[in-house]
Amino acid sequence: MKITRRTALAASAATAATAALASCGSNDAGGTGGGGGDVELTVATFNEFGYEELFAKYEEANPGVKITHKKAATADDARANLMTGLAANSGLADVEGVEVGWWAELLQYSDVFEDLTDPEVEGRWLDWKTEAATVDGKLIGYGTDIGPEAIAYRADLFEKAGLPTDRTEVAELLSGDWDNYFEAGRTFVEATGIPWFDGAGGTYNGMVQQLPNPYEKADGTVVPLADNADVKAIYDHLAEYKDISAGLTQWSEDWTAAFQNDGFATMLCPPWMMGPLAGNADGVEGWDIADVFPGGGGNWGGSYLAVPSQGENLEEAKKLAAWLTAPEQQIAAFEAVGAFPSQVEALDAEEVTSLVNPFFNDAPVGEIYSERATSIEVQPYQGPNFFVINTVVSDAITRWDVDGADPAESWEQGLSAYDELGLA
Amino acid sequence: MTTTTRPSRTSSRRAVLARLDVRLTPYVFISPFFVLFFLVGLFPILYTAWVSLHEWDLIRGQGEFVGLANFQFVLGTDSFYKALRNTFSIFLLSSVPQVIAAIFIAYILDANLRAKTFWRMGVLVPFIVAPVAVSMIFAKIFADQSGLVNNLLMGMDLPAIGWHSDALASHFAIATMVNFRWTGYNALIFLAAMQAIPREIYEAAIIDGTGRMRRFWHVTVPMLRPTIIFVVITSTIGGLQIFDEPRMFDTAGSGGASRQWMTMTMYLYELGWGPQVSFGRASAVAWLLFMIIIGIGILNYLITKRIATAGGPAKTER
Repeated sequence: MKITRRTALAASAATAATAALASCGSNDAGGTGGGGGDVELTVATFNEFGYEELFAKYEEANPGVKITHKKAATADDARANLMTGLAANSGLADVEGVEVGWWAELLQYSDVFEDLTDPEVEGRWLDWKTEAATVDGKLIGYGTDIGPEAIAYRADLFEKAGLPTDRTEVAELLSGDWDNYFEAGRTFVEATGIPWFDGAGGTYNGMVQQLPNPYEKADGTVVPLADNADVKAIYDHLAEYKDISAGLTQWSEDWTAAFQNDGFATMLCPPWMMGPLAGNADGVEGWDIADVFPGGGGNWGGSYLAVPSQGENLEEAKKLAAWLTAPEQQIAAFEAVGAFPSQVEALDAEEVTSLVNPFFNDAPVGEIYSERATSIEVQPYQGPNFFVINTVVSDAITRWDVDGADPAESWEQGLSAYDELGLA
Repeated sequence: MTTTTRPSRTSSRRAVLARLDVRLTPYVFISPFFVLFFLVGLFPILYTAWVSLHEWDLIRGQGEFVGLANFQFVLGTDSFYKALRNTFSIFLLSSVPQVIAAIFIAYILDANLRAKTFWRMGVLVPFIVAPVAVSMIFAKIFADQSGLVNNLLMGMDLPAIGWHSDALASHFAIATMVNFRWTGYNALIFLAAMQAIPREIYEAAIIDGTGRMRRFWHVTVPMLRPTIIFVVITSTIGGLQIFDEPRMFDTAGSGGASRQWMTMTMYLYELGWGPQVSFGRASAVAWLLFMIIIGIGILNYLITKRIATAGGPAKTER
């Protein structure tokens, strides 16, 4: 044990030295060449980051570096593992995949992650992407993919209701504020009797992400839910249109089944949702994607790579993280698994913009999502209490949207659930 | 004298060793269990008590000493009482039918069946299916709109049941999963106990002209009493700690929008690993749960004692 550890340290020191030398001579982030010893790096990801082939490529370009990939089946598993590893201060991978939503609770522990600030990577990502992983000027995560939201819709059902079916016309019809989107929905529901969107919960998620300060002020103080006029306004807005909701919780059994029996006509659709949507709606024709999102742009999901300070090969780990999140590599990942790149340069790349999705009536999704990504202006502030409060509001919505309770009563219940949290 | 003292000195030392051997060896042999129990049982229990008296962040670790504030906080939340209610409701809906069904299944398996081993192994199959897999299967059965049960109900012009909106319905659905998994296991325990019942008693009963039902109620069930008590105690402990099935009952895993099916262990998990990351509060819940289980354990013991003094295997009137 002792010996292996010492040799590992020596090895890492040696590679760090050679790497430093190498990086002086070469501007290629990939060509570090670990002359002497072996460095073993572990990378923990979840779902599909699309890095399998890139690891092989990196190992080839960097002799002596061996990458072990730990892949969790779900983001929840990965989060549990990350939290446990941080709590135990051991057991984490050298490079950890982090979902954007986890920052809310992780930023308060920013000192357990390495500062990845580096002039070389400045300006690599969309501003709002970097902002979400920056705390006190310290960048603790390199952006991988993002989830700019567009609207997916059923062109065949639109036709039945006498609405336009062409995606540019649909984009025109739905562009504007949420009220416009809901009103179009009401017309649709009156004509067909089919719900407009899948559920108020998913829609709320899209709407709340457009608030700059959903539940907390920029200094981290909590806005008491009872005084949170913005959130209450969204809540009431959704409740007013609860008749056009299909009342489904996303990812539930009923939601999955609804794709097969005309359960609803539109849904908010980030690029990573295309896969699940096409899978659930297998055999259903008519889905299309319009380059529009009510109330401005919106982002849902996306990930980062972070380097926990407990690792033993910090420099090598940073190098790998920087290399993986460079535009070229992220484009490769995009081609492999469709992870939509967060790098400015990658958004204009031919490989990305030329992507067409046959399931969605050959929609030019590469172009659409690049456009959606650049139209995002607001990065909501998510402090440590974002999730607790968001759960309280989401539960309140679920109570009337799915379980059939009264919206006003449910809000009161939400307020007492909020009080129970004992925040501020 | 000399002839006896000399050997007696060595023999007395030997005798001491022999006595020590007899007295200590059993303890040495069982000590691994107790050493392990101390490490992975007693120590964590006591450490949890220590944690529950502090502000204790999942990642930051130990904070200030706060006395009983964590207990006060937990006992002051509605969620705690909801979790308590749900836990007991699910426990009763699962354990009671489970024990009854297990006895009947065991009784049938005890009869002279063809391909005995096949049937006996068959009841154990649900037990070897992972709880998560069971949850996924039952999610299809108990889905609110597209589920099997509700489709059957609506096919018969009956109203659909809100498996995920109504508290009691959700408890029933979760209890069904638990029963599916554990009934066969308990049936095998009962079966083993039934086979240990001396056949002479049955023969005597048959000669006395008792019917099948009467033999079951007046011979089998009384003779099973110790086993029933054992099964009740184990399923009480397991039932109060139920976690997998309710957590997998929907995709969010938080126990429903109104916490309709959030159990004690889920509440514990939410406090410790959820956004509050408060190990102190989670530990407080763990201790409260521990004390509840001990309380029920004592209750069980008192009831068993009464049953035992009330008269062992019942003497049926002849």
